[in-house]
Amino acid sequence: MTTVLRRVAPQLLTLVAVIMLVSIYFPSFWQIVYVNERLVGIPIDVIKRGAPVALLAIGMTLVIATRGIDLSVGAVMAICGASAAWSIDQGFGLWAALGIALVAGLICGLWNGLLVAVFDIQPIVATLILMVAGRGIAQLITGGTILTFDNDAFSYLGSGTLLGVPVPAVIWVLTGIGFGLLVRRTALGLLVESIGVNLRASTLTGINSRVLLIAVYMGSGFCAALAGIIATADIRGADANNAGLWLELDAILAVVIGGNSLLGGRFSILASILGAMIIQTINTGILLAGFPSEFNLVIKAVLVIIILVLQSPRVLPQLAYLWRGRRDRSQRPKQSQTSQQNAGTETKT
Amino acid sequence: MLKRTLMASVAVFTFAAGAGHAQTIGFSQIGSESGWRAAETTVTMQEAENRGIDLRFSDAQQRQENQIAALRSFIAQGVDAILLAPVVATGWDSVLEEAAEAEIPVVLLDRMVDSDPDLYLTAVGSDLVHEGRVAGEWLVEAVDGADCRVVELQGTTGSSPAIDRKNGFEQGIAGADNIEIVRSQTGDFTRTRGKEVMESFLQAENGGADICALYAHNDDMAVGAIQAIKEAGLNPGQDILVVSIDAVPDIFQALAAGEANATVELTPNMAGPAFDALEAYFADGTMPEKFIQTESRLYTQADDPAGEYEARKDLGY
Repeated sequence: MTTVLRRVAPQLLTLVAVIMLVSIYFPSFWQIVYVNERLVGIPIDVIKRGAPVALLAIGMTLVIATRGIDLSVGAVMAICGASAAWSIDQGFGLWAALGIALVAGLICGLWNGLLVAVFDIQPIVATLILMVAGRGIAQLITGGTILTFDNDAFSYLGSGTLLGVPVPAVIWVLTGIGFGLLVRRTALGLLVESIGVNLRASTLTGINSRVLLIAVYMGSGFCAALAGIIATADIRGADANNAGLWLELDAILAVVIGGNSLLGGRFSILASILGAMIIQTINTGILLAGFPSEFNLVIKAVLVIIILVLQSPRVLPQLAYLWRGRRDRSQRPKQSQTSQQNAGTETKT
Repeated sequence: MLKRTLMASVAVFTFAAGAGHAQTIGFSQIGSESGWRAAETTVTMQEAENRGIDLRFSDAQQRQENQIAALRSFIAQGVDAILLAPVVATGWDSVLEEAAEAEIPVVLLDRMVDSDPDLYLTAVGSDLVHEGRVAGEWLVEAVDGADCRVVELQGTTGSSPAIDRKNGFEQGIAGADNIEIVRSQTGDFTRTRGKEVMESFLQAENGGADICALYAHNDDMAVGAIQAIKEAGLNPGQDILVVSIDAVPDIFQALAAGEANATVELTPNMAGPAFDALEAYFADGTMPEKFIQTESRLYTQADDPAGEYEARKDLGY
């Protein structure tokens, strides 16, 4: 537990700092009220609106851990949202729509995985293909219009609440826990990391890297499908042009803010999700602050630069050193003991 | 071989016979970039059919070179007039000169070009500032002197519809001191962002209790915002007045349900006024004005929104 906390400490601190910054402009940040059987408040908005990026970041973390990247997730969102809306429109019902959308996401992931694992195409190029073509596919499904539907059960996934909590937030939390258990309670996470560090060596040691790579891209497609379902259910319509537009970049940013290396290897899904929440807090904060919209992207960029510089390999150790130095002076004997313990558990994270 | 030559000459003959009656008109459309554009194509074809005009349609797929090629082929075919919805503003001089030399009048639809106005007969389009003004004037009348705090959902930052519709609305409410725009943010013309930004407006304005009206630069953002208002437990259309621009089919459903209050139409029927101008020109050489402004009609809940929805839903929006 402590090792996990230590891993995500920079992200947690950043999140707290960003929240404090927003609170300056908007003092009643933490004011949450219960109306209409739903919790209403800015933190609730953040965890709800952050759902698509958080979901994409879960899948993206694993892909990036294998030294890959998945640029197609935004387009896959559009495809899956369009498939779901089409199924509802055809009268197939809720479960069929969900099934079709998730299968569509898995097929997209399979396509990416095959290109990367079997045909050895570089991930950035392989997924770029679907990023470009995907919106066209989505437009074919919707017929070029915003395909609207009226189905309360499906809309519930986007705008409903479970015990007052927005359903999208519940979905990403459960997906995060599911993926977290899958990779950390089994050897899968370790195998993914080993592929990312050295694909050839991992294959030689007997890891079926081809299947594992395909599975990782399918996982990313699955997460993108969930995000697409939420985005579509939220506005009760599939907008092939705009659903998930540029979200692949936010997802990659979330993974990077989460301290994961784009060169693959060790990863933390929790940190990526915190990264997604940091991005969403910034987005929501900008909207609340009431600046003219010309400043939105500039403010976001400045904050992201500050965060990345503070977390950079040059600056972070310095900060950690200063922090530890202060702690050492006050409780030196205890510190050495815990650090030994941590060294022992480190490999298990 | 002989048969083919014969058919070709028959074809040429029919063209010659058609000349002078404005029966063959070429239409170079940008492509199908949006639902509105698709509706414009459908309406243009309908208008041509109603008037007995033989419309030669060419889809340029968003490329100027395709449009120039289409114009040259129209000129070669000897059409009586050309309708052009230009994808960009520049680079039309030489092909417009060719049309002028062939004495084929060109009418611009929806967008303008930077060329010499003598090179085209007229341009038909909507005035974006005027649209905003109509929306603003509606709101002034609707609140009737009561204090009103307005939130605004802008279009894509820096785009000309966003700038002009914002200015127009501000002109429309300029005389009314009781109306104040308290928050204004971009919703990128999309439903998702419209909903998201409206949620933050509601948060920031005391759960929506301090908001009296919403002005959205297009209907899609308004449709998204209406959902956000409903989820916040308020009644859109009553607690918060909703006025937007475009008049796409979905906003008429909202109007019919009492969830929106007014929309200003950006009519897809640019061809109707264009055909009227061409008819007058061919009949007695009447030169139309250089810019024909289409009507920015205001629709409210009283204008049979359910019927308007039925009339529009199949236009391809």
